[in-house]
Amino acid sequence: MNAAPEFEPAAGDTVLAARNIVKTYGGTHALKGVNFDIHRGKVTTLFGENGAGKSTLMKILSGVTTPTSGSIELDGQPVTFSSSSDARDRGISIIHQELSLAPNLSVRDNIFMGREIPGATGVDFAEEARQTRLLMADLEEDIDPMTLVQDLRLGQQQIVEIARALSVDSRILIMDEPTSALSATEVEVLFKVIRDLTARGVSIVYISHHLEEALQITDHAVVLRDGAITATANARHINLEWIVRNMVGENFDLGTPPTGHAFGEIALSVDEVSVADVTSSERLVVDRLSLDVRSGEIVCIYGLMGAGRTELLECIAGRLSAAGGRILLEGKDISRLSIAERIARGLVLVPEDRQRDGLVQTMSVGANLSLASIGAFVKGMFLSRSQERSLVDGSIRDVRVKTAGGGAPIGSLSGGNQQKVVIGKMLTTSPKVMLLDEPSRGIDIGAKAEVFRLLSERAANGLAVVFSTSEVTECLSIAHRIIVMRRGRISAEFGADATKEEIMAASGEAVLSNHEEHRSHYRDRR
Amino acid sequence: MTDASPDRSRSHPRASGDGFSLAKLLLEGRAFFALIAIIIVFSLLSPYYFSVANFLTMASHVAIFGILAVGMLLVILNGGIDLSVGSTLGFSGVIAGFLMQGVQLTALGVILYPPVWVVAVLVCVLGALVGLVNGVLIAWLKVPAFVATLGMLYVVRGAALLMTNGLTYNDLGGKPELGNTGFEWLGFNRLLDIPVGVLVMAVIALIGSIILNRTAFGRWLYASGGNERAAELSGVPVKRVQVSVYMLSGICASVAGLILSSELTSAGPTAGTSYELTAIAAVVIGGAALTGGRGNIRGTLVGAFVIGFLSDGLVIIGVSAYWQTVFTGAVIVLAVLLNAIQYRRRVKLPSSAGSPPTSPQKDKAQTADPALEKTAG
Repeated sequence: MNAAPEFEPAAGDTVLAARNIVKTYGGTHALKGVNFDIHRGKVTTLFGENGAGKSTLMKILSGVTTPTSGSIELDGQPVTFSSSSDARDRGISIIHQELSLAPNLSVRDNIFMGREIPGATGVDFAEEARQTRLLMADLEEDIDPMTLVQDLRLGQQQIVEIARALSVDSRILIMDEPTSALSATEVEVLFKVIRDLTARGVSIVYISHHLEEALQITDHAVVLRDGAITATANARHINLEWIVRNMVGENFDLGTPPTGHAFGEIALSVDEVSVADVTSSERLVVDRLSLDVRSGEIVCIYGLMGAGRTELLECIAGRLSAAGGRILLEGKDISRLSIAERIARGLVLVPEDRQRDGLVQTMSVGANLSLASIGAFVKGMFLSRSQERSLVDGSIRDVRVKTAGGGAPIGSLSGGNQQKVVIGKMLTTSPKVMLLDEPSRGIDIGAKAEVFRLLSERAANGLAVVFSTSEVTECLSIAHRIIVMRRGRISAEFGADATKEEIMAASGEAVLSNHEEHRSHYRDRR
Repeated sequence: MTDASPDRSRSHPRASGDGFSLAKLLLEGRAFFALIAIIIVFSLLSPYYFSVANFLTMASHVAIFGILAVGMLLVILNGGIDLSVGSTLGFSGVIAGFLMQGVQLTALGVILYPPVWVVAVLVCVLGALVGLVNGVLIAWLKVPAFVATLGMLYVVRGAALLMTNGLTYNDLGGKPELGNTGFEWLGFNRLLDIPVGVLVMAVIALIGSIILNRTAFGRWLYASGGNERAAELSGVPVKRVQVSVYMLSGICASVAGLILSSELTSAGPTAGTSYELTAIAAVVIGGAALTGGRGNIRGTLVGAFVIGFLSDGLVIIGVSAYWQTVFTGAVIVLAVLLNAIQYRRRVKLPSSAGSPPTSPQKDKAQTADPALEKTAG
C-alpha cells in the first residue's frame, strides 16, 4: 500500500448511500465497512481487482444479498431490500456480469420476461414487440424482436441484456461488466445511451475491467481494494495510472518479451486452415489462414469479437474440425488426431471460458491440476496417491496458485488463481506448444501480470506460446510477434515495437477518441 | 468425496480409500444417521426387528437394489441416467432360465446344457451388450440418456416377454447328470453365515469403489460428469467413458438378475419392473447429484440400505403396503431436498441436484418382498 487513500467529495445530490457496509462469508470479510454514494444523473465507476468486493457491493445495493451489518439509504430514508425484485420495484436494476437470458426464447420474450404486458387476450405481444424495436433502435442494433437469443452472437446477447435493464425505467442502473463482449462501435453506442440516461436524471453505477473505456464514460471514480474503499475522485482529475496505482497499490507493467534465448525450430505450423461457421456452413470463420510459430516464441493474436480467434485456436487444439488445410506439430501432420492425441504430442489449449471449458467445478484444485496428466501417475492399474500429490504440489508452486492446498475446492479460488490452475493443468503435460485463448479474461491486473510472467519464463525454456487477446495493452507486453485477425484472416503482422493505433486500425476497430488528451491536466493530489 | 485430497483415513468398511473429515461427516452422513434412526425406531416397535437373522434377511433384499444402485451411480456420476436396468435384470433372469433348460441346436441335433458359470458369464455379456447399445445411442448418436434408456426399458422388457411368451421358467435347478446344477447357490447359500447375494454386493461395491477412487477411469468419470467440455479439452476420452458406464451398469443389472432368479428359483419376464426407480432413489438418498460429478459408493450403499430397511421394517410392524409406498416416496423427496441444500451451500456453483426425472412410485410389494415375484408372469 504505497499509495495513500485519496478522497474527494463528489458534486451532485446523493440518491442512494451505503453506510458502513460489512459483509462476511464465513471467516472472510468481503466488505469491511464500505461507504458508497450514488449521485443523481451521474456515472459512478467502481474500480477494483477481482475479489476486491465490487460484485458483492453491487449485489447488496441491488437486493440480491443482504449486508452483515451497515445500512442503505434511498433518498435519505433507510431501506432494506428483501429481494432483487423489491429493489427493482424501488427503481434499482442491475445488468449482471453473467448473461441471464433464456436462449430458447425470443429477444422480445426475454426483455419482458416476468413483466409481460397484459392485453385483451393474455399478453399484448404486439406492444411488447413495438417497445423492443424502440429499444433496439435506441441501441442502434438491428435485431428483430422475434430472433431467438441463442441465434445471436455473444455481443448482441449482451445488448439484449442491456435493453432489458433499460426497459424497466429505473432510477439507478448498475452495470457489471456490460461491455466484455461488445465491439468498439457497440461500446460507443452504449456510451451514448448512458449519456442520454444520465441527462434524464438516471444514475449509473459502472463496473469494468476495461479501465480506459470506463474512464471515458465515468463522472466519478471509486476504487475498491480488499473490501475497503481506497480512493474516490472526480473523473476529471484522474488518469489510468491513478486507477491502477490505487487498485493494486503499486506500479507495474505487464512485462516485456523475454530475450536472451534463440528461437528453435518451427514448432507449430498452420497451413491454409479454414473453419466453417457452426450455424451456416457456407461462411468461413477462419479463412485459409497460415501461421508458423517457433519454439521459444510468443505470438499474440489480436482481434475483435467474431474475428475468428477462438475458432482458430480451438481448431488447432482439435475441438473444432477444419474445413480445409493442415496443422503440423514439429513437422508432423496432426490434423486427424483427437484432442487427447494432440495433448500427448505436446499441443495444449487453455480455453477462453475457464468456467465452462477449463475447470471441473465438482473436483478439488489438485484433481483439476492433475486431470490432463493422469497417465504420469498411474502405476499398473491404479493411481499413485503419493506421486499425484507431489505432482500437484509441484504444480501449485510452479504456477504460484494461492490455495489452502490440493484438496481445496476449486470454487474457493479467485478468478486469477483458477486461471493459473487451468494453465498449470496443461503445463504439467510438458507441452511444446501452448495455445491460450484470452488468458487474461476476467482476471485482475496482478494475476494478469503473473500469468504473463509465467508464460515468458516458459518461452525462455523453449515453449512456443500463442495467446489471443482483445486488449491492445496486452499485445504490447510479452509477445515477440503480434498477429491481427480480421474476418477470419490475418490482416496485419507486427513486431513487439508496434503501436496501439497500428494494431487497432488493422483489426478494423474504430479508433476511440484519445481520452489521454482530454485528461492532460491530471494532477496528483498527494 | 470426489477428489484426490491427501490424508485419507479408512473410516468406513465399505468405502475403501475414501475418508472424511468431521464437516464432511455431518454433511454426507445424513443418510447414515437416517439408517441408524430407522434401525432404532423399528427395533423399539418390533421385537423381531433387531436380530442378526433379520438383518441378514433384510440385507439379502437390499443386495439386489444395492448392486443395481452401484451401476446406476456410475451412470449418474457421468451425468446420465439408466432407466433400462430393471428390464435388463428381468431379461437376464429369463436368459439364464432359458440357458438352464438347455439350448437346442437343431442343425447339429444336440441339446447343450451349459454349466452354471458359463450361464453366468453369458448373462453378464448380455447385460454389457444392452449397456453398449445405450452407450452408443447416447455418446455417439446423441440421443438424450433419458430417452435412449427409456426406449431400451421397453425393448428389453419386450424381448424378455417374447422369449417366454409371458411365462416363467420355474425349473432352474439343473440336473446332476447334465452337470449344470448349482444355480441356486447365488441366492440360497451362505458363506460364513452371510447370504451370497450380500457378499456379491460387497464385492461389487468394493470393485466400484476402487475403480472410482484408484483408477484413471474413475477420475475420468468424475471429471466428465462434472464438466464434460473441460474433461474433453484435458484429453479425457469422454465418449469411451460414457459408453463404459452404461456397459458397467448393464453388467450390474445382469448380476442382480442372476441373484434374484436364483433366490426365487424361477425366472419371470416381468421380474425387476420399476427396480430402476429404486436404484435411482438409493443413489439420490446416498447424496449423489443427478447433474453428475458428485457421489460415492459409500453413500449409495447406505441409500440402498435406508430404502430396504425402511420397507422391511414397515412390513414387520404390519403397516399397510399403501402406506409403505407413501413413506418411501417421502424419504426420497426429503433426500433430494437435502441434496439441494447441500449443494447450494457451495459457492460459485451452477445450480446442482434437481429433482429426480421420474416419479418415485413403485410397487411396494415387489420392493419389500421379492418372494412375491415367484407368482409373476
